[in-house]
Amino acid sequence: MHDTAAAAASAEPQWVLPSRGPVAMYSLILAESSIFTIFVVAYLFYIGKSLTGPYPKDVLEVPIFATICLLSSSGTIHFAVAALRKGNTGAFGSWWFATLALGGIFLFETGREWHHLIYEQGLTISTNLFGTTYYSLVGLHGSHVTVGLILLALGMIFMLMGKVRQEHAERAEVFSLYWHFVDEVWVVVFTVVYIVGR
Amino acid sequence: MRIAGLAGLLVGSLLAAGLCYGAASIPFPIPNMFKPESTPAASIHRLSLFVLAITGIIFVSVFWLLVYSVAKFRRRSDDDGSEPPQVYGSNPLELAWTVIPGLIVLVLFLATARVIHAIQDAPRPGGTLEVTVIGHQFWWEFRYPGLGVVTANELHVPVSDPAHPTPSFLTLLSADTDHSFWIPQLNGKTDLIPNRINHMWIDPQEEGVFLGQCAQYCGVQHAKMLLRVYVDSHEQFDRWVEQEKKPAERNDAVSAGRRIFETTTCINCHAVSGTVADGLFGPDLTHLMSRETIAAGAAMNTPQNLRLWIRDPEAIKPGSLMPTMNLNDKELDAVVAYLETLR
Amino acid sequence: MASESIALPRAAESTPGITERLHEWVVTVDHKKIGLMYILYALVFLVIGGIEATIMRIQLIVPHNNFVSPQVFNRMMTMHGTTMIFFVAMPILFGFGNYLVPLMIGARDMAFPRLNAFSFWLMAFGGLLLYFSFIGGTGLYGAGSAPDVGWWAYAPLTSRAFSKGHSTDFWTLAVLVSGFGSIGTAVNFIATIISMRCPGMTLGKMPLLAWMNLVMAGLVLLAISPLTAAQAMLMLDRYMGAHFFDTQAGGSAAIWMHFFWIFGHPEVYVLIIPCFAFVSEIVPVFSRKPIFGYPVMVGATVAIGFVSMTVWAHHMFTIGMTSYANAFFTFSTMVVGIPTGIKIFNWIGTMWGGKILLKAPMLFCIAFIFQFLIAGLTGIMLAAAPFDWQLGNSYFVVAHFHYVIVGGILFALFGAFYYWFPKMSGRMYNEGLAKLHFWIFFIGFHLTFDLMHIPGMLGMPRRIYTYEPGRGWDIWNLLITIGVFFQIAGVLVFVGNLLWSLLKGRSAGNDPWDAWTLEWATSSPPPDYNFASVPTVRSRRPLWDLKHPEDPDWKYE
Repeated sequence: MHDTAAAAASAEPQWVLPSRGPVAMYSLILAESSIFTIFVVAYLFYIGKSLTGPYPKDVLEVPIFATICLLSSSGTIHFAVAALRKGNTGAFGSWWFATLALGGIFLFETGREWHHLIYEQGLTISTNLFGTTYYSLVGLHGSHVTVGLILLALGMIFMLMGKVRQEHAERAEVFSLYWHFVDEVWVVVFTVVYIVGR
Repeated sequence: MRIAGLAGLLVGSLLAAGLCYGAASIPFPIPNMFKPESTPAASIHRLSLFVLAITGIIFVSVFWLLVYSVAKFRRRSDDDGSEPPQVYGSNPLELAWTVIPGLIVLVLFLATARVIHAIQDAPRPGGTLEVTVIGHQFWWEFRYPGLGVVTANELHVPVSDPAHPTPSFLTLLSADTDHSFWIPQLNGKTDLIPNRINHMWIDPQEEGVFLGQCAQYCGVQHAKMLLRVYVDSHEQFDRWVEQEKKPAERNDAVSAGRRIFETTTCINCHAVSGTVADGLFGPDLTHLMSRETIAAGAAMNTPQNLRLWIRDPEAIKPGSLMPTMNLNDKELDAVVAYLETLR
Repeated sequence: MASESIALPRAAESTPGITERLHEWVVTVDHKKIGLMYILYALVFLVIGGIEATIMRIQLIVPHNNFVSPQVFNRMMTMHGTTMIFFVAMPILFGFGNYLVPLMIGARDMAFPRLNAFSFWLMAFGGLLLYFSFIGGTGLYGAGSAPDVGWWAYAPLTSRAFSKGHSTDFWTLAVLVSGFGSIGTAVNFIATIISMRCPGMTLGKMPLLAWMNLVMAGLVLLAISPLTAAQAMLMLDRYMGAHFFDTQAGGSAAIWMHFFWIFGHPEVYVLIIPCFAFVSEIVPVFSRKPIFGYPVMVGATVAIGFVSMTVWAHHMFTIGMTSYANAFFTFSTMVVGIPTGIKIFNWIGTMWGGKILLKAPMLFCIAFIFQFLIAGLTGIMLAAAPFDWQLGNSYFVVAHFHYVIVGGILFALFGAFYYWFPKMSGRMYNEGLAKLHFWIFFIGFHLTFDLMHIPGMLGMPRRIYTYEPGRGWDIWNLLITIGVFFQIAGVLVFVGNLLWSLLKGRSAGNDPWDAWTLEWATSSPPPDYNFASVPTVRSRRPLWDLKHPEDPDWKYE
């Protein structure tokens, strides 16, 4: 081991491997894509198969505002991470907070939509196949948003305690990969539920 | 090494004996897929032999290679301890043992695809017998919609002459969970799945009784959801249909039993045509005595077994959905006497 | 309590008590200890699963037997399958991978040691939850106890209507929880293999065991999630009134099958690929040659990983799919046999021209190749859909997959045990006992699983607690059950050998096999930090280069 190391040190280029944080997050994203795919497939399979109403076109309203909020939060988190990489913790805090707020609005809007569907339209998970697949798919996505919001809030708390520094930029970036993934999933869910399925 | 060879020989001859045992001329009670008596089963049989031949050749060649390499390149006891030539690979060999298996796969696939198409997409000649099979936990319902016949567990079909085929087409449904209809000598199995309509066809070319059973785990008594297919001559089949179409005979000698039957919960599950009993949950009993078995083959249809089945189903088929009827001895005797008149 | 402190005598400080030692293991994040815990856990469940199998085989030794009731048999059938797949095979392979991968890539530990420990404990909890069902599963109507729906838990048998009580829920939740552990382990393997290799070890220079664990981990990520999804859907059906598999509301029973087998088929490749890895490490060392065709072996493994995602519906040939669907899955299933066959040829190519040493690890690997060949060929038979219409769901299938799992996976595992036991324990096992284990188990395996093909071809379906006499099945079932007792004897010899050798085996030294990968460069057992200094490598066999400086591998690769 030692002789090869000595000979190698002078001639070998620097040994650089991909960083384990992003690799792990991409792996997790692969697994998550797989689970979302199955729920999307179930949704698509059951389109038009409900035996009774209410049916999608009767009750679904396209959540434009919520979608804009969520997709913008991808932009804000991008700026947050960029700021932190430059060492600008103040800007990081603002952009991070914006992400948290936009994500929170999205979740709140989802809750409002569900309240409307359940109490005014009579659509629950047990009403029919549409109810089953709708709540499970949107709910699965919502649960991932919730986890993201919890972590965003945690980051906000660290920020307010003054514990966030430039060297944490990579960790923030790894988290942002997750957040971008959640947004991309929403694009798919939105398309399947509010465009294709209606 | 020699022990391995002997063990292999022993197992191989046992295997061969097993197949021969099955393949020798034994009456149909052995549900042997290698003794097909119907066109789809025969197609499958031919394909199977082809696949077995190819895989057999592959096995012998690779096995020989393996045994040879172990025997020839074993380290000798007088070895000098030096390392053998360090060979890293060979591209031509890799190409060869990729391309040749690829070709074998192509041939096998094409042969198989042909048979899949022939069986599944077979056109339906006119005048075929239509049977609807409904799977239940743990019995089989057979309805002949064109003939107005409803029966259970023992399927009757006419024999088919290869020159003028009279196949039977089965529509497969399920009332509860998944089941599978499998009579190896007549066809491969097809599942019965709730909320799904499946089809299969058979054209048995020999008269007799063919055995099978449910082949998809469906609950506690999956093991005793047995099947019998009675292949009758055309005259026998027509006579059977005539008898099955008739409503139940009314015999006043057993009116006591009939009254008990019709005023107990029996009629919640069972139907006897021509009476008030029209339950759908259990087998139709109108012509119970025309069947050789009861409880989907779990017992032979004798008065003693029938009495035991009604008194204590758990003794014959523990976990079946037939409840204990809690009749006393006198009631039991009366009911059995009544059922014995349902020919 | 008062604030006075008590001075411990020196002697008590240096020898840790039993509670301290246990505590060390419970809180460990060291990949070697976690690996050993996975392996030990799996061995305990192997014995339990084996007992369940023995109970079934005794019930089936003669027709109309009364050894156990149908209810108990069906629970044994379900628990045996679930235990063996989720709480024996997966943990034991994760365990070996955990132990070996960092050592073989010259790393000090896995990428995420705490995640590693967390994943282990999730899986361990899942196993305990599953077995708690024997006590806790009794629900409404006393209908409960252990799950009895088969390890595939087909819908709608698993709906509340047909599965009363909580037995099915124990199955669902136990497997779900351990699935999260598996995903954590897979993420860890990938991050470790991609990011923690020692200097000089490019992907093309890492041991095949690392490659194969990488592909296996990728498959876990893709395959476990569909099962998680399906199980979540099942729980929603059972408790929130959802209708995913509710055929009365228009739901589909077939969609459970699709989701389950989209998991289930890649799962069996998850199980076999690490065993390919063991064979690929052991056969070269005992043939004294490098693995034949390393790049092709890597390519074939990756190909198997991809193709295995396209074959799942060959478990569903009988459900009434169209002829086009059946033909497609016949094709893809046959195609996946090609890279698998390539590997068999490469292993034989490794042995060819070598100097083969027939010690226990090699005996088990040679038997693996022989048995895996047969299993692959019966797989080709089952791939031909019409043939499968006869053989599917019969004892032929049971024979086929036990041929893979016992004849393939377990034999490779025995080989791996004997090969790496000296490294893990620092002691040599007893070679005579190991060979005795091999022959007894070999005879029992073949007696049981060769003959088991026959009743399948004679019409005997699977998952039946008894069968009718006179169908030609009786003699085979009798002999099959007798074979089980040989296998039990073999396993007892194995366990005895391990225990005896742990206590009394002679010291193994760093490198008892004169092998070539990095784990043999450190002590047996390795220290906590694995290597005194992180190694640098120039070829696939760094120790060969060290031992043969005049003829190093890097000149030829």
